[in-house]
Amino acid sequence: MAAPVLGIEGLRFAWPGGPRLLSLDRFVIERDEHVFLFGPSGSGKSTLLNLVAGTLAPDAGSIRIDGEPMSGRPERLRDRLRADRLGVVFQMFNLLPYLSVRDNVLLPCRFSARRRERAVARHGSLARAADHLLDALGLGTDGIARRTAATLSVGQQQRVAAARALVGEPALVIADEPTSALDLDAREAFLRLLFAECRAAGAGLLFVSHDHSLKPLFDRAVALADLGGATDGDAA
Amino acid sequence: MNALAKLALASLRNRRFTVALTIASIAISTALLLGVERLRQEAREGFLRTVSGTDLIVGARSNPVQLLLYAVFRVGEPTNNVSWESYRTFAERPGVAWTIPISLGDSHRGFRVVGTSTAYFEHLRFAGDRRLEFAEGRPFEAIHDAVVGADVAERLRYRIGDRIVVAHGTGRTVLAEHDDQPFTIVGILKRTGTPVDQSVHVSLAALEAIHSNWRFGTRIGEAPSDAELAAMDLTPRSITAFFVGLESKVGVFALQRAVNEYRPEPLSAIMPGVALQQLWRLLGTVERALLVTAACVVLAGLLGMLTAVLATLNERRREMAILRSVGARPAHVFGLLLLEAVLLTALGALAGLLLMNGALAGLSGWLEARFGLYAAAGWPTIAEWRLLGLILAAGLVAGLVPAWLAYRRSVADGLTVRT
Repeated sequence: MAAPVLGIEGLRFAWPGGPRLLSLDRFVIERDEHVFLFGPSGSGKSTLLNLVAGTLAPDAGSIRIDGEPMSGRPERLRDRLRADRLGVVFQMFNLLPYLSVRDNVLLPCRFSARRRERAVARHGSLARAADHLLDALGLGTDGIARRTAATLSVGQQQRVAAARALVGEPALVIADEPTSALDLDAREAFLRLLFAECRAAGAGLLFVSHDHSLKPLFDRAVALADLGGATDGDAA
Repeated sequence: MNALAKLALASLRNRRFTVALTIASIAISTALLLGVERLRQEAREGFLRTVSGTDLIVGARSNPVQLLLYAVFRVGEPTNNVSWESYRTFAERPGVAWTIPISLGDSHRGFRVVGTSTAYFEHLRFAGDRRLEFAEGRPFEAIHDAVVGADVAERLRYRIGDRIVVAHGTGRTVLAEHDDQPFTIVGILKRTGTPVDQSVHVSLAALEAIHSNWRFGTRIGEAPSDAELAAMDLTPRSITAFFVGLESKVGVFALQRAVNEYRPEPLSAIMPGVALQQLWRLLGTVERALLVTAACVVLAGLLGMLTAVLATLNERRREMAILRSVGARPAHVFGLLLLEAVLLTALGALAGLLLMNGALAGLSGWLEARFGLYAAAGWPTIAEWRLLGLILAAGLVAGLVPAWLAYRRSVADGLTVRT
């Protein structure tokens, strides 16, 4: 049986000198599972994303991505694991303005040989892999692939970001309020596209937001507080 | 690393305007530094080769630099003269191939008048093996013939056939002129970049002739007629100095010792190359000061580059977070910014090299005509390569600052930009 795409056990984290911010005993996302994680701002959602992405190290506990340990390893290996197995979509300003849309999509393939090989194996070439994803996300027209990122609308930019997160079939896509800059209609459309492509790539999705209205669209919704997060006042 | 280079190039292209300005400022400062270095080398070479082919310069006993200054550069006054007898004694010594006598003391509108023999035009060499050439005319023959240097001809707009008057003495305010015996210009020399350009040349006999009716600095009686002059013995009693060429270099030290130990009158013999080196050491401070100034301009250019890169750092925190999210390591962020700084410096230095050579290609004719500097466009010398290497190294060191800042911020920020 395949390992879960995200497995967190006994996670403890506090900023140096601060109170304990996160305390997750167990949190698992299976392959193909779309999980909605909500919590008010300041509850440690961004910190959790940095821990999962390996740009922060926990004080205690373990984080595994696709069966590979993310915690307790040197930074170099965490960066490598992130490049190989994770796709990230931010709230906004996801793209490098000086690169073309296609080059933005292919950025993960520049830092991960695994992603590059997988994209080529599946689509024949990197350009075709990028164009396939852009097409699937409704950006296959008007020569958008060759335009610079700065010329796109916010909604288009978020879809390009989704294509980038998915290129080379990562195990897990983490998204930090990617729809908050979109209007209501666009939000749902974006989510449906994201779901479909995550499924096509066989990736799990961890979607972090404080917008409860999106909750029903997901396989599972979890409150950070229920996991033991937001432990303000709980002495470390 | 290839991926980083592409990113750095794309990022620079995106900021074309500031990037172009930054490169331009580095290019201009680099061109200035390389230009100063090139001209410095040329000036030094030219200076050290002001006199060549001459084995010894002999004058009254004095400091070698002083003798060099008045005999070659025609600056200052000789302490004493050399008697004609002494001059002939050494001129007729076995092993001496040729001698050029020099007699100074008169001037023409601020330019020194040099009494000499036609050996001057035949044997004097400069800049290696270049000999004096006539732009127009010929050496002097008749008593009142004069040959002028390029600067004299140019500044006073003289042509062949013009008549000039020689003044007694060399001071700014000339009290008396030999206007009773004017000279005719029969030759104009090509530019040499040496003091020859600022000299008026006449024969030793001519100097005797114009002073024949002079006693104690004032004119007495009428100027002698040509017939009277022809009947006179116009051999000078003394000269200022003389240049010596030997048949074989081997005899230089023996002759120098013979001159320095000459009993009948105290004389000094100097080897022009050695004395020129000594003099250049005195003047060298100026060229070094120029080079240091140019180096400071390059430093200012690099600081401009540093400012341009640092100014973007804040707005690019987002970009760094994106790069981290797609798998870039903090070392990549460091490398990206360092690469940008190095690229800017390298492009600036390259443009500067081209700019300097372009300027030299355009100006070399003018530089030679105006200053006698033989600076031409060409492949950089070793010293220039070293300067280019230093500029690159300085750019690299400057680039470490934004690279290190971005690295630290990127580690602290991770995927989340905290502002």
